[in-house]
Formats: sequence, structure tokens, C-alpha cells
Amino acid sequence: MKQNTTQVNQNRTLVNRGLAQMLKGGVIMDVVNAEQAKIAEKAGACAVMALERVPADIRADGGVARMANPKIIKQVMKAVSIPVMAKARIGHFVEAQILEALGVDFIDESEVLTPADEQFHINKWNFKTPFVCGATNLGEALRRINEGASMIRTKGEAGTGNVVEAVRHIRSITGKIQELKQKGKKSWKTFSIQERVPIKLVKEIVQKQKLPVVNFAAGGIATPADAALLMQLGTEGVFVGSGIFKSKQPEKTAQAIVEATVHFKDFKKIAQASEKTGTAMKGNELNKLEYRFAKRGW
Amino acid sequence: MKSTIVGILAVQGDFAEHALILKKLNAIPKEIRTLNDLENIHGLIIPGGESTSIGKQIKKNGLEKKIKELGKNGLPIMGTCAGAILLADKVIGKCEIKLNLIHATLERNAYGGQNNSFESSVNTSFGKIQAAFIRAPKIKKIGNQGKILGKIGNEIVLAEEKNILIASFHPEISGDPKLHQYFLEKIKRHQAGC
Repeated sequence: MKQNTTQVNQNRTLVNRGLAQMLKGGVIMDVVNAEQAKIAEKAGACAVMALERVPADIRADGGVARMANPKIIKQVMKAVSIPVMAKARIGHFVEAQILEALGVDFIDESEVLTPADEQFHINKWNFKTPFVCGATNLGEALRRINEGASMIRTKGEAGTGNVVEAVRHIRSITGKIQELKQKGKKSWKTFSIQERVPIKLVKEIVQKQKLPVVNFAAGGIATPADAALLMQLGTEGVFVGSGIFKSKQPEKTAQAIVEATVHFKDFKKIAQASEKTGTAMKGNELNKLEYRFAKRGW
Repeated sequence: MKSTIVGILAVQGDFAEHALILKKLNAIPKEIRTLNDLENIHGLIIPGGESTSIGKQIKKNGLEKKIKELGKNGLPIMGTCAGAILLADKVIGKCEIKLNLIHATLERNAYGGQNNSFESSVNTSFGKIQAAFIRAPKIKKIGNQGKILGKIGNEIVLAEEKNILIASFHPEISGDPKLHQYFLEKIKRHQAGC
């Protein structure tokens, strides 16, 4: 029985990775209620992420962060026509089962929430609904893909308004893909053993020089310039969490970040978009943080 | 022989996948983000993506008027999924803009959310196409002048009216080149003036 479901869902690889492909070039925005979801859709978001609290508030309030209340997720789904994603805790496959039952379009197994399992991530092949997972480096990204993730995002450092970690993570992923090509076959095997990922997957990324799934940036993006920076570094779209609804004028900030993501190579347009934003969220220096979300998961 | 330059609207969605197939077919893809980009193209593709996001960007950047004008003047335009929704003159569900270039009624997300997305082989007038239906719309109706080119069961999934070609699915992500081949032939016929 269990094997059967796995097989069925592997047949969904094309449509599940495909939905991530449809989101490319777009901005996915964190929302905590239907009202915010409508603002995000109006500003041009290509999807929304429903969660209990935005990362900046999770950081400020502390406590265990969990999946959002299904009632709110349903209200968000009703409020917008764009895809709705929702977060489940790392390893909490029952939260994921609930999200699948609710009919969300994508599940984010997210380090921003408090992990539920310190040994296992969710076996994502057991689900019909696609998953997006965070990664700080190539090995981590490939482990998640091997577990069935249909999309990868950098972890960055959520809720900080500080883009430095997202930059580090995307550079680490793309840099490693290039390095493996230069170093040749022997290094692929070593890498596959070290990182506990199938050699087939390693060969595939070396040959394509990219991940086999769409790769977005996330974690600490607060301005249009941040979004364009990550796009120029090779990510295929961006997630913005606290950056929008913790800014002074969320709607304007949201629109401006969308604009800069679309026209990420057009400096004049990025400049125009930057002018339109409200005051960005305050943000944190990383060495002043109580804990680092990106260190959760492995 | 002069190469065919096909514009691909690149404000959001899977424009890169369309470009890949066009390159394999020896056409030259050109990403379209601004008004100027629309100069010197022989055909235009509006890709899959989120129709609301794409629609907003078309509106903002003055592309809407120009695309309408090009379409009315006979430029071959193909829309897949979100692209098909934008080209239609009637849409059931939320809709950002209507380019009004084809007499067709499209229903957005007609199969439901992602859990209802599916892969299927489609019988078309130019052979079987392997296609992905992702939060796909349905082509409920097509105008008198329209031609149905592909169906699954009783449902229209591929149709055209004069220079406009619409598909409710994504041939570009399964990598099947048949629909793009058909579109390139359409462009060639247009260039030859027939």
C-alpha cells in the first residue's frame, strides 16, 4: 500500500515541478489572513504563503510556531485566485496531511516554524500536493529533492530584513554546481557519499548546471533591490515574508518588489520601483539574533 | 533562409521553457518585457504562469494596447494556460485584463487546485501531444469562426481562430515540440502572406 502511493506520486513529478515553473519570475508573499492575501494578490503576487505569524513576529514573540489554523487557510484560499501555499513544521507529516486535505496548492516544510522531528524530514513522496523546502547549500537541496520536494528556496535568515544569508545560500548552491563540473567525475562520487544523495541526481545537476527543480530565494528580502540582487544571482523568483507586511506601506512595497523582480536586469526600472516603496522593515544584524532559523533542518 | 524571431512575454511564468523548445526548432526566442521589445518579432507567445500577475504587468507597462493592435493586424499569437486566458474575450472567474483577441470562453482553475492537476496525452489534428494540465482552465466555448484542434474526451483543450492559437495545457514543460512546430508553420504562412 505504502509503496503504491509513492509510485502514484512520483507520476506527479511533472505537474508538481511544473507548478513551480509557472511561479517563476514572480513574488510569493507571506500572509496571515485573508485581508493580507487580497492585498498581495492585488499587488501582483504569483502566490501567497499562509502562516500563523510572519517570521519577524515569531522572532519577537517566541514560543512554538506551528502550522496556521485551517480556518484561516480556508479563508485565504477563498479570498484569492492565485495559488495558496502553507507552512508545516519540519518532519510534521500530520500538519502536511491536514494541508493536503484542505487542498492547498503547495506545502512549505519550513524551518521558520519550530521543527517537530530532529531526525527525519517529511517523506514528501507520500503526498499528492507538491512541497517547497529550504536549503543553505547544494547537499541540503539535493536531500530535499530526493525526499520528493518539487521546489527549493534558500533559507536565508527569515524575519531579519537582512539579505546576507540568502545571498550566501544561493552563491553556495550555484558555486558548488560549477565546482563539481570543473573537478570532474571523481568529485561527484565523493560528493554523493558525503552528502548522502544518489549519484544519479548529482550527475543530473552537473550536466544541466542547475537544480532539477525551480529555485527561489527567501529569507531576509526587504527591498526591491534585495529582490533584484537575488534574481541577478540566479534565483528564479523570490519569497518575501516579513518584508512586506512589516514595512510602512505594505501595498506599495509589495508592488515595488514585484516590479523589481520582473525587471531585475533593468536598472532604471529597479530605481523607479525603489522610489515607490514605503520605509522598509527595520531589520536585524545577524550577530544580535537570539536564534537562527537557517540552522534548523539538515 | 531568414530565421523566425518569436517574442515570448517574459513578465512572469515559464517563458524560459518556451524559449528552449523554440531554440530546438531553430527559431530565435526573444524575451518581451517592455514596449520596445515588441518591435521586430514574427510571432508572440504568452506563456503559462499566473494570469493575474501577468495581466497586471501587461497593463502597467503599456504592453496591453500594443499586443491588441499586433493581434488585430494578424500577428500569430499563441497562449498556453494563463496565456490562453489573457487572449480570450470571455472569462469565468477573476480576470485582470482581456486582450479580446479570440472568441472563446475560458473558465479559470476549472479543474480545481493543484491536487487536481494532471498529465494526459491529447489528440490533436497534428498527432498526440503529451501535456500537463496545471491548475488548468477549460475552454468552454469557441466562436463560430474558431477551429477545435485538440480535445480530451469531450473537452476542448486546443483551438484557434485566424492568427490566434490557444491551449489550456502546457506542452512546453513536457518538452513535446509538436505544438510549437505547428505555431512556427503558422508564422511562416503569415509571413508568406496567406
